[in-house]
Amino acid sequence: MTLTAAIVGPGNIGTDLLVKLRRDGAVDVTSMVGVDPASAGLARAAELGVTASAGGVDWLLAQDDLPDLVFEATSAKAHLANAPRYREAGVKAVDLTPAAIGPFVCPPVNLDATAGLPNLNMITCGGQATIPIVHAVSRIVDVAYAEIVASIASRSAGPGTRANIDEFTETTARAIEEVGGAARGKAIIVLNPVEPPMIMRDTVFCAIPPGADTDAVGASIVAMVDQIRTYVPGYALRADPQFDEPRDDWDGDGRVGVFLEVRGNGDHLPEWAGNLDIMTAAAARVGALLSERRAVTA
Amino acid sequence: MTGPTPTAKPVRLTDSTLRDGSHAMAHRFTEEQVRHVVHALDGAGVQVIEVAHGDGLGGSSFTYGFSLVDELKLIAAAVDEATRAKIAVLCLPGVGTVEDLRNAHGAGASVARIATHCTEADISAGHFAAARALGMETVGFLMLSHRADPAGLAAQARIMVDAGAQCVYVVDSAGAMVLGDAQERVGAVAAEIGHEAEIGFHGHQNLSLGVANSVLAYRNGATQIDGALCALGAGAGNAPTEILNATFDRLGVPTGVDVAAALAAAEEVVRPFVPRLPWPDRSSIVQGHAGVYSSFLLHAERAAVRYGVPAHAILQKVGEAGYVGGQEDMIIDIALDLARADDGPRIAAEEAP
Repeated sequence: MTLTAAIVGPGNIGTDLLVKLRRDGAVDVTSMVGVDPASAGLARAAELGVTASAGGVDWLLAQDDLPDLVFEATSAKAHLANAPRYREAGVKAVDLTPAAIGPFVCPPVNLDATAGLPNLNMITCGGQATIPIVHAVSRIVDVAYAEIVASIASRSAGPGTRANIDEFTETTARAIEEVGGAARGKAIIVLNPVEPPMIMRDTVFCAIPPGADTDAVGASIVAMVDQIRTYVPGYALRADPQFDEPRDDWDGDGRVGVFLEVRGNGDHLPEWAGNLDIMTAAAARVGALLSERRAVTA
Repeated sequence: MTGPTPTAKPVRLTDSTLRDGSHAMAHRFTEEQVRHVVHALDGAGVQVIEVAHGDGLGGSSFTYGFSLVDELKLIAAAVDEATRAKIAVLCLPGVGTVEDLRNAHGAGASVARIATHCTEADISAGHFAAARALGMETVGFLMLSHRADPAGLAAQARIMVDAGAQCVYVVDSAGAMVLGDAQERVGAVAAEIGHEAEIGFHGHQNLSLGVANSVLAYRNGATQIDGALCALGAGAGNAPTEILNATFDRLGVPTGVDVAAALAAAEEVVRPFVPRLPWPDRSSIVQGHAGVYSSFLLHAERAAVRYGVPAHAILQKVGEAGYVGGQEDMIIDIALDLARADDGPRIAAEEAP
């Protein structure tokens, strides 16, 4: 049975998510909800035949038929206010904001462990792009330390991200540990204003023990990339994983370096905004997987 | 030698040997080196001494290189050694966090220098607010300033001042500014913020103009100038503190720093421990010419050895791609691209870099 869903927050993220969910068909979008009647996203939803309301969460929760899911694409502050209301109404929340009320979810890593919970948090764009790779390494060898660098086009970083850049580094670092499986995590984000805008790039470095089976690590990474490509077609390795020999200044560990490019699907957002695309694609993937589970258990 | 004229406005030198110099030392400063340098600078009368990983607080990493000694330990040692000088730290939002700033303040640092790419000042607001709340002196640092036009740079300086910066630096991270470039940018920033905040200049030697640009910056309103002893810093090095000081002395501009003591600090304290003095070699001139962030130099040299392609060719590509400070990971990516290209440049590993 297909799950029904509302999208709350008709901005660029919400609109891109709407386009993806409509195309995938795994989740039935029953409404798009905002607070501004002049919102372009609400107009787009109406054009697509989706019920659009500027009545906010009050309107949504007053409907007779509540959706199974709500995708929250507003702000952390709004989600903190809305989350208890969704929960009370029995609507599962997939949170694309940095509110992080629920556990971190990265669909190819830990959806099974978190699917039953009322609130799932989508981490950060850089987290969705890199944590699966950290996991791909840590499922083969112990990873004492993992570090990621996310480079994004300046134009793809909105005022919320800019005002709270530590939220990105701290949340992503924590998720590298909790979801990625590294003992210690670090995240770096760089905004680049070059024109034409650069496509999102991510680099993942994991410490690996001396004598690690590099063939197995490399194969695990490649398999994970293939899995992500099923829901983010523009996700690609720029080169084979790069292995470096153990070094004293790396605490005697070696290193694997993974160089990634995340080209967006160009649904509502431009292709270079791979950072925004991987968020909406991962959220859509969560919706699809939850629908599949419903189909199995129904 | 002429004495200071009564009208000459003083300039405050900030020495970055122990921060920008960290790049040239591959982030392997020892506590003893830090103590000796701080002792010499403080004794010479340098008022601000910057101590941190080259990429700022939290920079110790695979991407930028791991610090030999935890920077908080080095900061605390510097604070302990200084009798008059303030200890400054650098923080790049996106790399370092407010928490890192708090820890540095806890170790005794009293000047927070918050750095962003020259078009991204608005990611620094939270860091300025936190630094001011901690009671730290604040400095904004607009990296790769040559990449913004003077008006654009002034607008970014305004954002930093509104966020709490008490001084904003025009930072020539690539050593790419040629005289008028520095002059116009400092002038535009001074016109925008000069009545509310100070203006600074940070020069590099990739085109050998760090000192000349600093003098022009001073003449256009800058009152804080960065240097490093023996030019110890990224790329071809920084404007040398000892030369800046001697030059300003010749110009009759008071710095409060003793000329002979600064020369002794460079010659007798720093030079003996530097494994390789910064020098405008082919790669670092390419950095100045192509506008590449100076700290990419050693990373490009390492990638050159690893992948058998010339460092200067990597840096040229970095310039063409428009990569900014912090994107050191892209150096390996470019080296891999060059190594894959059938007709690309090659070097034998033993010739590298």
